[in-house]
Amino acid sequence: MSDIKTTDTMLEVRDIKRDYELPGGFMKPKKTLHAVKGVSFKLERGKTLAIVGESGCGKSTLARMITFIDEPTSGDLIIDGKKMDTRPGHLTSDMRQKVQIIFQNPYGSLNPRQKIGDVLGEPLAINTDLSAAERRNRATEMLIKVGLGPEHYNRYPHMFSGGQRQRIAIARALMMNPKLLVLDEPVSALDLSVQAQVLNLLADLQDEFNLTYVFISHDLSVVRYIADEVMVMYFGEAVEYGTRDEVFSNPKHEYTQTLFKATPKADVESIRARIAEKKAASAA
Amino acid sequence: MSLLQIDNLIVEFETSTGWFRAVDGVSVSVDKAEVLAIVGESGSGKSVSMLAVMGLLPATAKITADRMLFEGQDIQKLSGAERRKLIGKDIAMIFQEPVASLNPCFTVGFQIEEVLRIHLGLDKKARRARAIELFKLVGLPNAEERLHAYPHQMSGGQCQRVMIAIAIACDPKLLIADEPTTALDVTIQKQILDLIMDLQARTGMGLIMITHDMGVVAETADRVVVQYKGRKMEEADVLSLFENPQSNYTKALLAALPENATGDRLTTVSAFFDGNPEAAPSAGASA
Repeated sequence: MSDIKTTDTMLEVRDIKRDYELPGGFMKPKKTLHAVKGVSFKLERGKTLAIVGESGCGKSTLARMITFIDEPTSGDLIIDGKKMDTRPGHLTSDMRQKVQIIFQNPYGSLNPRQKIGDVLGEPLAINTDLSAAERRNRATEMLIKVGLGPEHYNRYPHMFSGGQRQRIAIARALMMNPKLLVLDEPVSALDLSVQAQVLNLLADLQDEFNLTYVFISHDLSVVRYIADEVMVMYFGEAVEYGTRDEVFSNPKHEYTQTLFKATPKADVESIRARIAEKKAASAA
Repeated sequence: MSLLQIDNLIVEFETSTGWFRAVDGVSVSVDKAEVLAIVGESGSGKSVSMLAVMGLLPATAKITADRMLFEGQDIQKLSGAERRKLIGKDIAMIFQEPVASLNPCFTVGFQIEEVLRIHLGLDKKARRARAIELFKLVGLPNAEERLHAYPHQMSGGQCQRVMIAIAIACDPKLLIADEPTTALDVTIQKQILDLIMDLQARTGMGLIMITHDMGVVAETADRVVVQYKGRKMEEADVLSLFENPQSNYTKALLAALPENATGDRLTTVSAFFDGNPEAAPSAGASA
């Protein structure tokens, strides 16, 4: 463990792998699916790593391993300088508190029968011995911090819009003062204007609490805006990994180049080029 | 004469607190071979106005329009049977969720042949031949085998290709695409958009592209209608919209694009309206 020296490395992943066994059938052998085939990276405290890739490339599996939802088949996970023992039963609540996750769909990730106050108070009720009044105070403070109000404490999830729900999911993730936040496509279900608000909120919170983000997305314009480092995954492998400027100015892997080409361009020059092309085609 | 011309469309739904006006006096028109993009956030009424044209809204919706002309014929005056002859044949629609909009109980071959049987009355052999031809046209590999596949056996992108094949089966004059690529990956989105634009250019059909993605607008549209809370905020050709947006809402929307970010925070639409409160459009609720 001598090579974990710099104290400001928040998260280090070494050659992490995850296999899933697919059930076989009569006369059909079992198959092994390699969802993540050995990914390594290091992330400094207070920085944002964006993971990009298409559906099925293993980016969510990676997120699930970092947040201890899934156990890696092999490889090391070092969080805040400590090697994590991810075997079932060996995880302490201490370790779990350091890492939190925010899911893509704020409609699915909140219990429809639980009031917002209870959503936010539950982590405290489980992990601390704070009194009910203190839990209530903390939850109300957090609501204000994410841009909602004390009046929202007694409401149910269905009374909120998508953007507000994502704020609630963020508030819930922050209740235990985590150091590392994994965001699994947090804005892809949101409208453009709401997306801007949530991205701003995430940037504010990162500044205030010195949070480290692992930001999973398929939207390159969002990635370019928010990330310090970028990793591109393709079929379970990290095909490209570097600082944002390296990856965006000089993509090396073929898949990254395809991805850049496929992203719609909303600048005036590209529109003008497209219209000119269309005119030429119709004239011919 | 426009292919589709809608004047002063109003769609209302009854709620427990009275009538809610989802679309408030919107007028749009599309010409032959023209690509119109309708852009707006959720709740802006962009899908509802097109569903009203298709006659796909529930019976509880109250739809009124001064005129709703398709090729000079008023759709509102048609009987149910006459309308059903038009819908799916001359006006076709592609929906957002490709996997959900196909019937999981039938093979995709059955679902495309159903359209050909009802609208064109082709016999069995001709239907099969046309279905294979259409699948090849939308770029599905092994078209013949694919006819026997069920929707769950295909990926999202493939299902959307099937949906497109069904929509263009009767050579429609107008295709309405309601967020056709929102559920898909960026690389697949590119393929599907290319396919739709290629078909549009080849057949010369009118195309209405409903989307919330300014990138998709920039890549496809000739003309753009921007909607917000059931009202039309702006209508312009695509270049002037991006170059010189007129309405405050469009300006705010373009400023909220992450690629247009200046400084380390994004401009939000509400912040934009806070600066000039009188510019904020009012909600589309009616008494």
